[in-house]
Amino acid sequence: MIIVRKIIALAALFFALAVSAPSLAAKVGGKPAELQKWSFAGIFGTYDTNQLQRGFQVFKEVCATCHGARLLAFRNLVEPGGPEFSEEQIKLLASEFMIEDIEAEGGERPATLADNWPSPFASEIEAREANNGALPPDFSVLAKARGIYQPFPDWAFNYFTAYQEGGADYIYNLLTSYEDPPHGVEVSDGQEYNAFLGTGIAMMNPLMDDLVEYDDERLPRTVEQYAKDVAAFMYWLADPHLVSRKTIGLNVLIFLSILAILMYLVKRKIWANVKH
Amino acid sequence: MASKSSYNPKNKVEKWLDERLPLIRFSKEHLMDFPSPKNLNYWWTFGAVLAVMLMVQIITGIILAMHYVPNIEMAFDSVEHIRRNVNYGRIIQGTHAVGASMFFFAVYVHIFRGLYYGSYKSPREVIWILGVIIFLLMMATAFMGYVLPWGQMSFWGATVITNLFSAIPLVGTPILEFLRGGFAVDNPTLNRFFSLHYLLPFIIAAVVGLHIWALHVPGNGNPTGVEVKSKADTLPFHPYFTMKDLFVVVVFFIPFAWFVFFAPDILGHPDNYIEANPFITPPKIVPEWYLLPFYAMLRAIDFNILFINAKLGGVIVMFGSILILMVLPWLDRSKVRSGSFRPMFKPFYWLFVLNFLMLMYLGAQSAEGIYVILSKVGTAYYFGYFLIILPLLARIETPKPLPNSISEAILAKEENTIAINAEQGENK
Repeated sequence: MIIVRKIIALAALFFALAVSAPSLAAKVGGKPAELQKWSFAGIFGTYDTNQLQRGFQVFKEVCATCHGARLLAFRNLVEPGGPEFSEEQIKLLASEFMIEDIEAEGGERPATLADNWPSPFASEIEAREANNGALPPDFSVLAKARGIYQPFPDWAFNYFTAYQEGGADYIYNLLTSYEDPPHGVEVSDGQEYNAFLGTGIAMMNPLMDDLVEYDDERLPRTVEQYAKDVAAFMYWLADPHLVSRKTIGLNVLIFLSILAILMYLVKRKIWANVKH
Repeated sequence: MASKSSYNPKNKVEKWLDERLPLIRFSKEHLMDFPSPKNLNYWWTFGAVLAVMLMVQIITGIILAMHYVPNIEMAFDSVEHIRRNVNYGRIIQGTHAVGASMFFFAVYVHIFRGLYYGSYKSPREVIWILGVIIFLLMMATAFMGYVLPWGQMSFWGATVITNLFSAIPLVGTPILEFLRGGFAVDNPTLNRFFSLHYLLPFIIAAVVGLHIWALHVPGNGNPTGVEVKSKADTLPFHPYFTMKDLFVVVVFFIPFAWFVFFAPDILGHPDNYIEANPFITPPKIVPEWYLLPFYAMLRAIDFNILFINAKLGGVIVMFGSILILMVLPWLDRSKVRSGSFRPMFKPFYWLFVLNFLMLMYLGAQSAEGIYVILSKVGTAYYFGYFLIILPLLARIETPKPLPNSISEAILAKEENTIAINAEQGENK
């Protein structure tokens, strides 16, 4: 009984500490985020391979024109726990890109599986020149570098649900919230209004219905579907080992729970004849 | 020392070694036979948790250092390289980052246990002071470790914290430049922080050695606060307390694993996934949660006091909030150690705990409006608790009668339980 009470007291203390921790993201001025259901959420979460493949398609055909992904290697697209394209597919894809290599003839060679995704611009200056002075952020860990604002006590529950998908929700909401500015809101030249941010944004609305042709014709070709798929892809890009990590984690938790019970029983046995 | 040991070398090799380096004798005396009060409750197990956490941090840290590059051009990507390309790198890096939070959680439990049971009182002042030194070293280590991934929070946290030293009159700016290795946080800063972040844990380990040595002179305190009177009050450390501690360590690992495997980033800040950029200041610069109460006290001082300006005042208050713990044994003069026998002390103590949590919350909020006022109230209570309430209570409080010995206290508790059980039996 005493042990149970102590554990409850500790849990309460831990909860209090968790509650007093900072909320993860500063409040954005716009409308509240609509949280999506993600296949990779929760302790049993895994990536949906088909969704990652579609998300990669959106990335390649739309986003990659301006955004880089310098930490993405072509081989990652083949590895388990990701989009899991076939090696042939990605070898073919890689060979379409030229990589600067001073040791190759002519200073250039086709990319291989070992190469990283080439940047769409040669330098930051070139990128800014092409984008009205704004720098399109690199996608490598972008889904981890964004979070959504949640009022108290919503974020306090995250510690118990292991909600980590704020970045994916941010991307989805950003991409689906391009609207005409409300009355009285001025948006500066070269910007469009985004209702999720509540301000102008230098990135022009990148998605529209029927923009990308999915192989699977049963899927809707809508902005919402594209946004969701590319957000999932970007989350994988930022956390590529999530599936194996969660699988190991589940085993670790089961192991520790059983070990804790055994430890308790041994402890009780040893202390059985001691008045304390 | 050798005389009170129960160790008898069993064979020639052991005897030979014992005469030259009594390592086995020492281990038997201090790791196995060491008499510990039998009434220690579960709050006393966090010392062992902390020892394990220090080991976890050192082991994971050494592995990370094999792959990390302390250069501003490569630091951010090298941490990502660990997460992406090193075998199990995401788990090792996650364990180290989450481990820092778990380490601090455990140290706060350990410190607040000491504050409640009067663990700092004679004859254990030196143990307590060494503990405060460990706490300070931990904060320095954690702060420098947070700079290494070279994200936005790393950079701006380093800028804000090193900048505090410029508040010191006359020598402030030279100290600031000495710490940074230049006029601004840059590559030399990252290099020295990496070097010191590797060094300090071993210094912590050494001070932990002293902390435990000092503990083994008077022995453990206990929940009654009454010193051990006879052998009947104690149990040998092994197997009783080794087993109890091991059980708690395993239980402690469950939430630890929860965070590492399912929410490794939840205790951090998304901005630290953006590479450091000296030209863009994040909208809100916040330290890690475990430093927030002290950050709140730093920001609470936004007014000048005589010739001390607000900035220097804040720095003095922040460092003072930890240094005041060093003199705590001489501020609280109450003869009774355990808070359980101090009826007036208890409400003030729990208010102190709540106040600390409130300051932690306030440290994460922006410094404006009601938050500033509450921070000031919280800071005032923090210092008032040590400087006014504890010294005053020692004079005016009438403590409850203490048991004559630990064994007597256990017996009384047992009779009480029997009485209650009997009563319940009658009622049925």
